Amino acid sequence: MELILVNIIDGLVTGLLLFMLSAGLTLIFSMMGVLNFAHASFYMLGAYFAYQISIALGFWMGLLIAPIIVGVLGAGVERYGLRRVHQYGHVPELIFTFGLALLIEELVQFIWGKNQMPFNIPEVLNYTAFSVAGNSIPAYKIFMIFISVGIFMGLLYVLTKTRVGMIIQAALSYPRTVESLGHNVPLIFMGVFGVGTALAGVAGVIAGPVLGTFPGMAFVLGSIVFVTIVIGGLGSLWGALVASLLIGWLTTFAKSYNLAMSDIFNAIGISTPENMDDNIFRDLWTVTSPQIADILPYILMVMILIFRPAGLLGKRES
Amino acid sequence: MSVPALELTGLTKSFGHAKIIRGIDLSIGKAERHAIIGPNGAGKSTLFNLITARFAPTKGTVKLHGEDVIGLQPYQINRKGLSRSFQITNIFPAMTVFENVRCALLWSQGYKYSFWNLVNNSRRLTEGADAILDQINLLERRNLPAGTLSYAEQRALEIGITIAGGADVIMLDEPTAGMSHSETDYITDLIMKVTEGKTLIMVEHDMGVVFGLADRISVLVYGEIIATGKPADVRADPKVQEAYLGAALEAEH
Amino acid sequence: MSNQLTTDPSKPAQRMRAGSMTMTLMPWILAAGALMLMPFIFTSSSALTIMNQMWITVIFALAYNMLLGQGGMLSFGHAVYAGVGGFACMHIMNASDFFASFPLPVLPVFGGIFGAGLAMIVGSFSTRSAGTVFAMISLGVGELIAASSVIIVAFFGGEEGISGDRTYAMPFFGNEFLQQINVYYLTSFWVLLSAALMYLWSRTPVGRMANAVRDNPERAEFLGYSARWVRYYSFVASGFFAGIAGGLFAINYEIVTEENLNTASSGVILLVTFLGGVGFFFGPIIGAIVFTLVQTVLSLQTELWAFYAGSLFLATVMFFPGGLAGLLMMHVPVFKLGKAKLLIEPYFKTLLPAAIGILGLCALVEMTFHFRHATKGDNEMTLFWTTFDSHTVLPWLIALAVTAVGLVIAKRTAPALKEAWSDANSAGEVS
Repeated sequence: MELILVNIIDGLVTGLLLFMLSAGLTLIFSMMGVLNFAHASFYMLGAYFAYQISIALGFWMGLLIAPIIVGVLGAGVERYGLRRVHQYGHVPELIFTFGLALLIEELVQFIWGKNQMPFNIPEVLNYTAFSVAGNSIPAYKIFMIFISVGIFMGLLYVLTKTRVGMIIQAALSYPRTVESLGHNVPLIFMGVFGVGTALAGVAGVIAGPVLGTFPGMAFVLGSIVFVTIVIGGLGSLWGALVASLLIGWLTTFAKSYNLAMSDIFNAIGISTPENMDDNIFRDLWTVTSPQIADILPYILMVMILIFRPAGLLGKRES
Repeated sequence: MSVPALELTGLTKSFGHAKIIRGIDLSIGKAERHAIIGPNGAGKSTLFNLITARFAPTKGTVKLHGEDVIGLQPYQINRKGLSRSFQITNIFPAMTVFENVRCALLWSQGYKYSFWNLVNNSRRLTEGADAILDQINLLERRNLPAGTLSYAEQRALEIGITIAGGADVIMLDEPTAGMSHSETDYITDLIMKVTEGKTLIMVEHDMGVVFGLADRISVLVYGEIIATGKPADVRADPKVQEAYLGAALEAEH
Repeated sequence: MSNQLTTDPSKPAQRMRAGSMTMTLMPWILAAGALMLMPFIFTSSSALTIMNQMWITVIFALAYNMLLGQGGMLSFGHAVYAGVGGFACMHIMNASDFFASFPLPVLPVFGGIFGAGLAMIVGSFSTRSAGTVFAMISLGVGELIAASSVIIVAFFGGEEGISGDRTYAMPFFGNEFLQQINVYYLTSFWVLLSAALMYLWSRTPVGRMANAVRDNPERAEFLGYSARWVRYYSFVASGFFAGIAGGLFAINYEIVTEENLNTASSGVILLVTFLGGVGFFFGPIIGAIVFTLVQTVLSLQTELWAFYAGSLFLATVMFFPGGLAGLLMMHVPVFKLGKAKLLIEPYFKTLLPAAIGILGLCALVEMTFHFRHATKGDNEMTLFWTTFDSHTVLPWLIALAVTAVGLVIAKRTAPALKEAWSDANSAGEVS
C-alpha cells in the first residue's frame, strides 16, 4: 500500500516535469502550427546554463537566470530562424527545428564536452522530507512538485484571467484577425515561443540535478514529449497535462512492479510453453514490465492514433 | 420522369448553433444548366461543399443520379460522375499545364494505382490531354509550369481539369470571379462548349453570365432557396427583387 | 524536345533536366560504365569501403525521397524499414538449410519484401494523415520499433545485433563474394537497378499522382484519387527500397544492430536527402555521395565534423532549401541563355573570399575547441598542414584576420554578384 504512495509521488514528479515541457510545445504548435523539434534542446540548455551559473552564483540564481537566457535565445530563434523558414511551409519548418536540435546538441558537446556535468541538488534541499514504507522521499522531489504546480497555476492565470492571456488565446486560433485588431501578432508569436522555451528551460534547471546533465538528455526526453502531446491532443493544454500525468504514472508503476508477461498470460489462461529456448516468441514471454516501461508511451500513442487520432482531448482537425 | 442528375432533400447544415443551410430542396435534371445565385454570405459555397462531401450535412440527403452519396469521400463521389472546380484556383502549380490535365485523365482511363504503366508511353493519355488542352485553348502553354499562367488562363485550366475526367455533373464555383469583361466572355464561351450535353451547376455573381448560360436559376438567401425557375421568371419574382434590391430601396427612402 | 544531359565522369550521378519527360538511356549507360570503372581508379580497400557505403546510402536516400520529395511526407522514422530488411537478410544468411539454395545476389529482394511488409502494417494507420501528424506518427513508431528491438532478442539480437557470413550460399557463377570487390559489383548492380526502378515509379500513374497529392491533396481527390491510398502505396514502395538498402548493408558489413533502426539513422537519412535536394530525382544521389565523403574524410580531420554537418544542414534549410541539386539546377536557365560567362568573375570575387572566410571561422572554432578540451600540457594542434601552439596569441590573430578579411570582401562584392546573377538570368542584351 505504501509502495503505491511512493509511486504516486514519483509518477507525479515525472508527469509534471513532462508537462512543463509538453505545455510549451503544444502551445507553440497551437499558435504557429510548427512542432518544435528542438524543444527538448532548450530543456537541455536550461540545465547547462543553470549549472554554469550555479558554479559562480549558486543554484537559486541559476534557477532564476537560466530560463530567462533560454527564453531570450528561443525568441531569437523564432525571430531570425523560424520566421525565415516559415514561408517555405510546414515541412521545412519541421526540418529546421530538427536541424536546430542537432546543432544545439553538437554545440553543447563543443562547449562543455561529452561528459556528465556535476550539477547537484542544492544543499538546502538535500535531505529526506519524509519516509514512506522504508522509502525516503527526498525534499527535492517535493520542491519539484511545488515549482511545477506553481508554474502551471501561473500559466493558467495568465492565459485565462489577464488581458495578455486573452489576446494570446485569440491569436492561437485567429492570428490574422487579432492582427487586424491592432495587436502585434509577430511579437506575440515571438513571446509565446520565448515563454514556451523558457518553460522548457525551467524544467531543465530542476531536472538537471536528478536526471543528469549530459549532451544526450535532450534526445532521451525529446521523443517522449512529442508522444505526450500526440496522446493528449495536439494543441490542447489540458490534454498535455492529462497525458503527462498518465505517462508519468504509467511508467513509474510499470518500473516498480516487476511483472513478467508470462504472469499476465498465465493469468488469462495461456500456459507457459515447455521449451523456451527454441520458441520464437520467447522474448514476449520473458519480457518484464520494467523492460517495456519506457516503450509503453509509444504503444499508447500508436493505439491512440489508431482508435482516436485526435488525441484524448484534442480538437478535430478542420 | 427520368432520374434527376442531382437531388437535394431537406439539406441542412449547422456549425454549432449557427444554421447556415436551413433545409434545401432542389432537383436538377440531366443536361440542365443550373445557376445558383444569391447575396454574399447566403451559403453558396457551403452548399457546394455539402454536395461534394467537404462537409457532412446535419440533416437531409443528396442524391446523385438517384443514388445517395451522403457519407462518401470526395474521391468516391468524383468516381460516380461528379466533378467540381474551386473558387480559389486549385491547380497543381509545379506541374506543367499538360501534366495537370493528364493527371485528371488517369482515373477515368482506368489506370488506378498502377505502378506498372509508364504514363509517357500511353498515346491515349497524351492525345486525350492534348484534346482537352485544345478545347480550352491552352495548347500553346502546354509545357509551361501551371503556376506561371495568367489568372484567366489558370481559371481556364481549372475548368479543363474539372471536365477532363468525363464527369457528367459539373459544378463550377464562381468560374468568372475576378475577371474583366473580355475574360468573362471568353470563359463563358468555354464553359458552354465543354459542358455540352452535361449537367452544369454553377455559383455565380455575374448576372450577365447567369442569364446567358442558365436554363434554370435558384436564388439562395440566408441558407434557403427563395425561388427556382427560368431566368425570366426569377427576374420578375418579387421575393427575389426584394432580396436583392430591398436594401437599396430602403436606403432610398 | 532536346534533352541536354550531362554527366560528370567522376560522379556517376544521372542529371535529368527538370521537366524532361522521356527517360533516355544515355545517363544510365554512362553511370553503369562509371560504376564499373571506379574500382580501377580508386583501388585502395578503404576507397572500396567508402564507395560501397555511398551506394547503399544512395538507395536509402532515393527511397526516402519517394516520401519526402515526391510525396511531401516527412518521416522521422524511416530507418526501421531498412533495418528490418537488413535483419531479415541476416537471418536468411544464417538459416543455412532452405535458404542456402538462394544465391546471394537475390538476397536484397527479401530485404525489400520485409521492409515493404512492415511499411504495409505501419502505413495502414500512419498514412491517414499528412504533414506534421504523419511526421509525429513516424517518429513514435520508429522509436517504438527501435526500442522493441532491444527487447525482442530473437529477431533483433539484443545489444550485439545479429551477425552472419555472406559466403553461406552456393557460389553464384563461381563467385563466393568473399572479397570486397565482389560485393562492390553486387552493390553497384543493385544501386543501378533500384535507382532505375524508382525513377520509373515516378513516371507511373501512382507516381505522378503522388506529386499531385503532395501539391494539392484536395484537388487530387476530385480527380478520382484517394489521397490516402496514393500516400499508402508510395509509403510501401519506399519501404521496399529501403529494405533493399538494408539488405545490402547486411551483405556488406555482415552485421546488423539496433543502430540500423534507430532515430539517429533516420535523422541522418533526412539530412542526406535534404542536403542533396528533394526537388530533383538525382538530388538524394548527390546528397548521399557528398555526405558519405564528409563523414568519412572529414571525420579524420576533425572531431567536430558532426558540428559542421549540423551547421551545413541548418544553413541549407534556411538559405537554400533546394539543396545542392537545387543550387546546381539554378544555373540551367543561365546556361540556356548562354550567359554563364557573366558569372565567372563575380563568383570568383565573392565566393572565394567567402570560402576563405568560412575556413577562417572553422579555424577559430577548431582552436577554441582545442583550447577548451585538449589535455593539459598538450598545446599543439595541427590545422591546414601547420602545427602551432593553440595557447599563444598569434594563431588566433591570424585566424581572426583571415576570417574578417574574407567575410568583409565577400560582403562588399555581393551586390555585384547579385547584379550579375539577374543579368545572367534575363534574355537579351543588358548594358
